[in-house]
Amino acid sequence: MVLLLAVNMVTRAGFSLKQLKMWGIIRQKVAAGGGSPVARIRPVVSNLRNYSSAVKQMMVREALNSALDEEMSADPKVFLMGEEVGEYQGAYKISKGLLEKYGPERVLDTPITEAGFTGIGVGAAYYGLKPVVEFMTFNFSMQAIDHIINSAAKSNYMSSGQISVPIVFRGPNGAAAGVGAQHSHCYAAWYASVPGLKVLSPYSSEDARGLLKAAIRDPDPVVFLENELLYGESFPVSAEVLDSSFCLPIGKAKIEREGKDVTITAFSKIVGLSLKAAEILAKEGISAEVINLRSIRPLDRSTINASVRKTNRLVTVEEGFPQHGVGAEICASVIEESFSYLDAPVERIAGADVPMPYAANLERMAVPQVEDIVRAAKRACYRSVPMAAAA
Amino acid sequence: MAIWLTKSRAMAQCLRQRVGLLRILSGQSCSSPSTIFPLQQYNSPSLPSKTLFSPGRSESTVAANQLDSLSSSDSDDDHQVLDFPGGKVGYTSEMRFIPESSEKRVPCFRVLDDNGELIKGSDFQQVSKEVAVKMYSHMVTLQVMDSVLYEAQRQGRFSFYLTTIGEEAINIGSAAALSADDFILPQYREPGVLLWRGYTLQQFANQVFANKADDGKGRQMPIHYGSKKLNYITISSPIATQLPQAVGVAYSLKMEKKDACAVAYTGDGGTSEGDFHAALNFAAVMEAPVVFICRNNGWAISTNISEQFRSDGIVVKGRAYGIRSIRVDGNDALAVYTAVQAAREMAISEKRPVLVEALTYRVGHHSTSDDSTKYRTLDEIEYWKTERSPINRFRNWVERQGWWSEQEETELRSSIKKQLLQAIQVAEKTEKPAITELFSDVYDVPPSNLAEQEKQLKEIIQTYPQDYPTDVPV
Repeated sequence: MVLLLAVNMVTRAGFSLKQLKMWGIIRQKVAAGGGSPVARIRPVVSNLRNYSSAVKQMMVREALNSALDEEMSADPKVFLMGEEVGEYQGAYKISKGLLEKYGPERVLDTPITEAGFTGIGVGAAYYGLKPVVEFMTFNFSMQAIDHIINSAAKSNYMSSGQISVPIVFRGPNGAAAGVGAQHSHCYAAWYASVPGLKVLSPYSSEDARGLLKAAIRDPDPVVFLENELLYGESFPVSAEVLDSSFCLPIGKAKIEREGKDVTITAFSKIVGLSLKAAEILAKEGISAEVINLRSIRPLDRSTINASVRKTNRLVTVEEGFPQHGVGAEICASVIEESFSYLDAPVERIAGADVPMPYAANLERMAVPQVEDIVRAAKRACYRSVPMAAAA
Repeated sequence: MAIWLTKSRAMAQCLRQRVGLLRILSGQSCSSPSTIFPLQQYNSPSLPSKTLFSPGRSESTVAANQLDSLSSSDSDDDHQVLDFPGGKVGYTSEMRFIPESSEKRVPCFRVLDDNGELIKGSDFQQVSKEVAVKMYSHMVTLQVMDSVLYEAQRQGRFSFYLTTIGEEAINIGSAAALSADDFILPQYREPGVLLWRGYTLQQFANQVFANKADDGKGRQMPIHYGSKKLNYITISSPIATQLPQAVGVAYSLKMEKKDACAVAYTGDGGTSEGDFHAALNFAAVMEAPVVFICRNNGWAISTNISEQFRSDGIVVKGRAYGIRSIRVDGNDALAVYTAVQAAREMAISEKRPVLVEALTYRVGHHSTSDDSTKYRTLDEIEYWKTERSPINRFRNWVERQGWWSEQEETELRSSIKKQLLQAIQVAEKTEKPAITELFSDVYDVPPSNLAEQEKQLKEIIQTYPQDYPTDVPV
């Protein structure tokens, strides 16, 4: 069924699409009128008008909503809990329409107590339900982090497999725009350091759908890090992605753009910035390979290392704080496994080592920008301009 | 209320004219037990540093009425009612603060007196001989197990232990009142509940020795037992985390429409944790069938309850969250049995949380890492151990029924002791868990990195066997 739809789409779209490989690295190549095949990048909203309208557009918000809806419909044990998820339709409207469809027993509006509802979610998971706990932002998960780490992550191990915790903790993570220090912290490194947890971070709508469905179906506790600024972004989705059985594997990264000169790793919103940086680098003759991590724990070390062995240079980019960050782990992994393949020191781009300031100009300086990624890639390629000029 | 302090002199003037306040101004003491609000402070430009609203502990008012009488005292204003979020509320022009404590503490429910005699006219759930004897023998078993295993730890045979001495009535009394389907989320001083449900002495010994026969595969430190089969969750060290989790379990049970409830235990110290408040509040809102049993044993390691909270124990906190509560004599096994059974019934049939505060005393040290004589007197410990022993008290009652004798007592104690010593010997000799168990159960399916590491570890052990202990299986 899915195959037919894909073929249908291919013929309607008017250009050839390679068969999407679900479990491996998904690639798409577009033959641009007569020229050599250009690796197709995930386009940002504004570029979409240039492509065929046969491909459906879906906002990340819609993608998450549909994933939740489908999983709740398929399994009566799945239920959603969090502040404002019901009547208010979700603080970011991710759970729109769900209260109406499934009723208050499966979409629970909670009192303001992260510790309370996270604990309740963990307890419900102990007994066999499949809760999806929403944090208004992961910054607030700090008030519940004991339940996530000491209970959810460790219970299966401590109980020797008797108590499993099939729970999903989801919500926006990292910086938004103009929300200050306590609303902009990225928790990827925090949760990814804990054995027993799985940590995912989607970028596109396809990621959002596939990974959330995988997370809900997974018997282990999953921390699902979304991004507020991505909620309103649209991405093209194929019929396969729209199918209710669609699911992405946990632990596999995606090569968003193939390249041969430098590897750029990123997750969540930064993938978009990295792709833009890759465009700019391409004009200067540097072919960058952009890896969308998708899964922070387990980290897809083999894809990353395979890429570095091909390009010999690495730039890790993340929004979170630099010390003990995701980039630090990737660097260590590459040095351990592919040291002799490196032709340049690893470049690490991260958020500034300060609590996020509020003023727009300061905030801009505290978060990685496209220019930072471009400069880092050039440094890795020994093509950098002197620091003084770049400042 | 704080806004009043910053109001201008003119406002204060205006307020003074109101009848009710004249009494305060003229220095008359209020007939009602509220705090005097020192109006003269209105005129001072700066805010006084100490709180104005309570007279301080030393001046503790003639705190008369309980909350109930307070609400019905303004009968003349009853017909005038205000509408606010939360419903209609009567109003009063008499400014009165609810006192921080009642004149009388909430009474404690008991059915047996200190000598184990049934108090005339008490509400109590009759138990059959079979149940009574089972309850008593389990209380004894618990006590013997605790003393033997405690001694074994002192001999250095395993790293840690904590006893339940003095709280056997709570453990067994509550366990007996529950059904096998009721899901237990304990703190850590409730092994009696597991014992009641059928966990054997050998299983307890295996857990503390962390050998390969342990159901927990040697993953946890001693006394952190659990059994999915017996509906008793593996003990987790952080205090009070089990409370909101119990609400979640209760919610699951409610969704499944099961004739069962969740039962969460905590100590007096645990009620200070944020989780306690979140759990109670949420349980009430969610209408979850959960029974919270608080063992108020007077001590949280060395923190006495007067340093833990300033309320009248824990029972009064139930009302703050809209939860039905009871205070029971935790050293009276029959009272505990009766109260918990009733609580369970209410929780399941009415789909509501219930709070049971059981007053008791922690006779033992907090754990083997504690020496409580450093912060309390030997006399105090001795007194509670002998004169207020829940076991002796229940024994008196059972014997009076003609259901127990001195001979059976001696036989039971020596039999249990023998079984325990045997169990310890066996447990000590049993092999430790295999190395594979280091890597399993982290996730549902072992991840590739751990599989790789396990393989590497095995290879290293094979290559350098001399560096590796011989008594641990690979």
